Amino acid sequence: MSADAALALGPSSGLSEPVRLPSPVTESRLAQIALIAIAVAFLAFFLLLPLIAVFAEALRRGVNAYFASFTDPDTLSAIWLTVVVAAIAVPLNIVFGLAASWAIAKFDFKGKSFLLSLIDLPFSVSPVVAGMCYVLLFGAQGYFGHWLDSHNLQIIFAIPGLVLATIFVTFPFVARELIPLMQEQGTSEEEASLSLGAGGFRTFWSVTLPNVRWALLYGVLLCNARAMGEFGAVSVVSGHLRGLTNTIPLQVEILYNEYNFVAAFAVASVLASLGLVTLAIKSGLEWRYGDQISAAHRH
Amino acid sequence: MELKIKNLRKDYGNFPALNDVNLDIRSGELIALLGPSGSGKTTLLRAIAGLESPDGGQIFFGDRDASRQSVQERNVGFVFQHYALFRHMKILDNIAFGLRFGQGRKRKSEAEIRRKVLELLDLVQLNGLEGRYPSQLSGGQRQRVALARALAIEPQVLLLDEPFGALDAQVRKGLRRWLRQIHDETGHTTVFVTHDQEEAMELSDRVAVLHKGGLQQVGTPDEIYDTPATPFVYAFIGDSTSLPVEVHNGEAIFEGRTLRIGRVDPPDGPGRLHIRPQDVSLTTPAEGVVRGQIIGLRRSGGYRRADISVGVKHDRVEALLPPEQEVSVGDQVGLEFRRYAAFADDKEPPKLGLAREKQAA
Amino acid sequence: MPQFRVPSAIPGFGLTYGFVWLYLAIVILIPLGAVVLFASSLGPVKLYALLTRSDTFAALRLSFGLSLIAAAVNAVFGLIVAWVLTRYSFPGRRLLDAAVDLPFALPTAVAGIALTAIYAPNGWIGSLFAQGSVWASWFGPLKIAYTPLGIFVALVFIGLPFVVRTLQPVLSDLDKELEEASATLGAKRSVTLFKVVLPTVFPALLTGFALAFARAVGEYGSVIFIAGNIPGVSEIAPLLIITRLEQFDYAGATAIATAMLVLSFFILLLVNLTEAWSRKRLGHVR
Repeated sequence: MSADAALALGPSSGLSEPVRLPSPVTESRLAQIALIAIAVAFLAFFLLLPLIAVFAEALRRGVNAYFASFTDPDTLSAIWLTVVVAAIAVPLNIVFGLAASWAIAKFDFKGKSFLLSLIDLPFSVSPVVAGMCYVLLFGAQGYFGHWLDSHNLQIIFAIPGLVLATIFVTFPFVARELIPLMQEQGTSEEEASLSLGAGGFRTFWSVTLPNVRWALLYGVLLCNARAMGEFGAVSVVSGHLRGLTNTIPLQVEILYNEYNFVAAFAVASVLASLGLVTLAIKSGLEWRYGDQISAAHRH
Repeated sequence: MELKIKNLRKDYGNFPALNDVNLDIRSGELIALLGPSGSGKTTLLRAIAGLESPDGGQIFFGDRDASRQSVQERNVGFVFQHYALFRHMKILDNIAFGLRFGQGRKRKSEAEIRRKVLELLDLVQLNGLEGRYPSQLSGGQRQRVALARALAIEPQVLLLDEPFGALDAQVRKGLRRWLRQIHDETGHTTVFVTHDQEEAMELSDRVAVLHKGGLQQVGTPDEIYDTPATPFVYAFIGDSTSLPVEVHNGEAIFEGRTLRIGRVDPPDGPGRLHIRPQDVSLTTPAEGVVRGQIIGLRRSGGYRRADISVGVKHDRVEALLPPEQEVSVGDQVGLEFRRYAAFADDKEPPKLGLAREKQAA
Repeated sequence: MPQFRVPSAIPGFGLTYGFVWLYLAIVILIPLGAVVLFASSLGPVKLYALLTRSDTFAALRLSFGLSLIAAAVNAVFGLIVAWVLTRYSFPGRRLLDAAVDLPFALPTAVAGIALTAIYAPNGWIGSLFAQGSVWASWFGPLKIAYTPLGIFVALVFIGLPFVVRTLQPVLSDLDKELEEASATLGAKRSVTLFKVVLPTVFPALLTGFALAFARAVGEYGSVIFIAGNIPGVSEIAPLLIITRLEQFDYAGATAIATAMLVLSFFILLLVNLTEAWSRKRLGHVR
């Protein structure tokens, strides 16, 4: 190496061209390339390939077959039902998320962390178990089954059951996005607004809400995507009545199990597109408003 | 170990962090790199350590060109501003880290390492804390562990980045004296970075003042304070105010009148006369070098500070007066300057306010 | 007397706090309470008997075992992915970063049929290992879909984001001074990585592992299509719950659910204890 020669020259050697030292806090170029290759390969095989497969399988028999899949009345009613369920569950969860974040972020009270753990609970409960809870309560042999039956009410194998199960699995999403951000923002702006004579609701509407609007949108998007795509919980309470209690994911399952692969993947591609759009908006929001959306994300 | 820095240059994009810096550091001396933030002092320290790769110039450790050595090979003891202790390791393991994992160092037995660590803990007066974790120590104790860890590898040179920056004022003073003591005991060539002029003046043998990536002056604390080489040094070190003057044939002219002071050095043209508050005394308007009116009086420690408006443009001069001197706001006074310095007017006058602010931080 | 809450000038506590509890009660607490009630009405002896039925036990063992392996694989590769995404800049990094969220964004049933299509013997990857492939001529044919191996693939898919998203903020907050300190003390890069960086992020890695594991145990949608669902071989616990419910065997379903809930609870506890422990020991000092 020339390094020894340079050492021998000593201080009198005068100006020399600068030597680029490798950064002490990163890996060698070769190690970096290897690690990037591993990461890219892993993500490509496990994450990207399934996404591509959805669209490839859906278009396997051409565009006409793809669009023909959406003429099936059962599929259309599944799409409609999914929209209805989400339209009920998501607004309820938004109200809950706003109430929970207001109570938790703007006040100090005992048992706050316990309450936070309860809100996180659905993340750690299997969706199948979530659906089962409602069957135990409202199913034919559940705690309220007999009472419901005698009053001619139906929750399980009907829309109310689907809505309840969907709310269960999606309700932390909005609250989870809002709470850390509102905690970080503190209460000084609200106090300023109140001291200027604004009422409580006015303060919430004009001060708090604008401060968290991007995080709220973000939470609503995640909540909606999950509500429309939920499978495990709704599959327990749905009863799989064609044209009546099948949401899109359940319709995908039925089509798939009937070996109607093109239709199954075509319907699945709608959900995948919804997921992709959500992901795109989410990434856009993070990129544009990263500082206004809390960094603490865990799903 | 003697250090020679030759024509060192470092750019961050278009912004020169170091601009042709030449500095000789004598073996065994304690030298401070002083400057406001953004002056390049930390970049210089990191370049010496090998943490920063310069864009030009060389660094010699003795006769050895260190520019081509990696940070691992340079064998420098670096004490980081926030200590950078390994939180998951006990104090013993922190200090032993370099002895255990240092490249190209002769492996010592565990018993030897332990003996050496305990010796160092004794030196930094932390006996008995080897089994603790960093989070169990106070800020001052962590600072000392960081120093012990740096000393453990028997470094050729000891580098400290804002060593007392994160500590409160009381602890800082104590540690300052103690660091000087350790330096005198171990005799390492020591370079430390600070933005605190008091710290630099009190602690070091010599001070190197940096501004905007350039070396302004290197000298003993006395030289820096008494004979500042540049307007920046004058403004940055200690208090000063200044008057705009016109220099002509070695005479300073203020608002058309030649000032009755000695000859000044700057070439003909616009210049500034810098005066420290303690070098201003009051006399009658007729006798003073310039006339002014007292516009404000404040008590400051054992003195009184007077704000004096001078000339038609109301330039402000500050004077430090004994409290018993009888003056009041509105008085017409004459000003005498016991000492002053004149410099050619910089296109960009030193940002006095900024410099002060940094010292206070 | 200690107060329940700190007084505040801000209105609306009573209303929102009350609503939160009401909502929680209706949506979460009463339904989960039903499970607890049902389980306790069975009694421990009956529960034990139900759980040790051979098909139930096999399903639980399969779910827990595969989830453990999948979470471990995710811990290793998730660490690499998180490191690459936070530390290196390369073309396509942003896209790759967004792709990590795909398992969150893709509904589980969609992921399930897509994974099955890929790993089935005639699928893109499945065919590389099936009868007649180069792999088969050396090692014999390897079936991925409709075997426990397929379940493993699905569990890796859904668990990865948990590890990556838990590690990313920790890695980007990692104090570079720590690595520089290690370098000035003479440590090689590899030593710095294994002795300084890895132990520092280990609590977060453990948290990510636990979250991925908990999710995998309860996962249903992405697994049932690829699993093949052969009783005793590739039948997972959540599927068995559904089978029991369809047979109106609420007791059998509740027993399995109880086992899974208890496990989830312990995982959460473990995560919280780890975080508390690391906060206490390692502190938030720099």
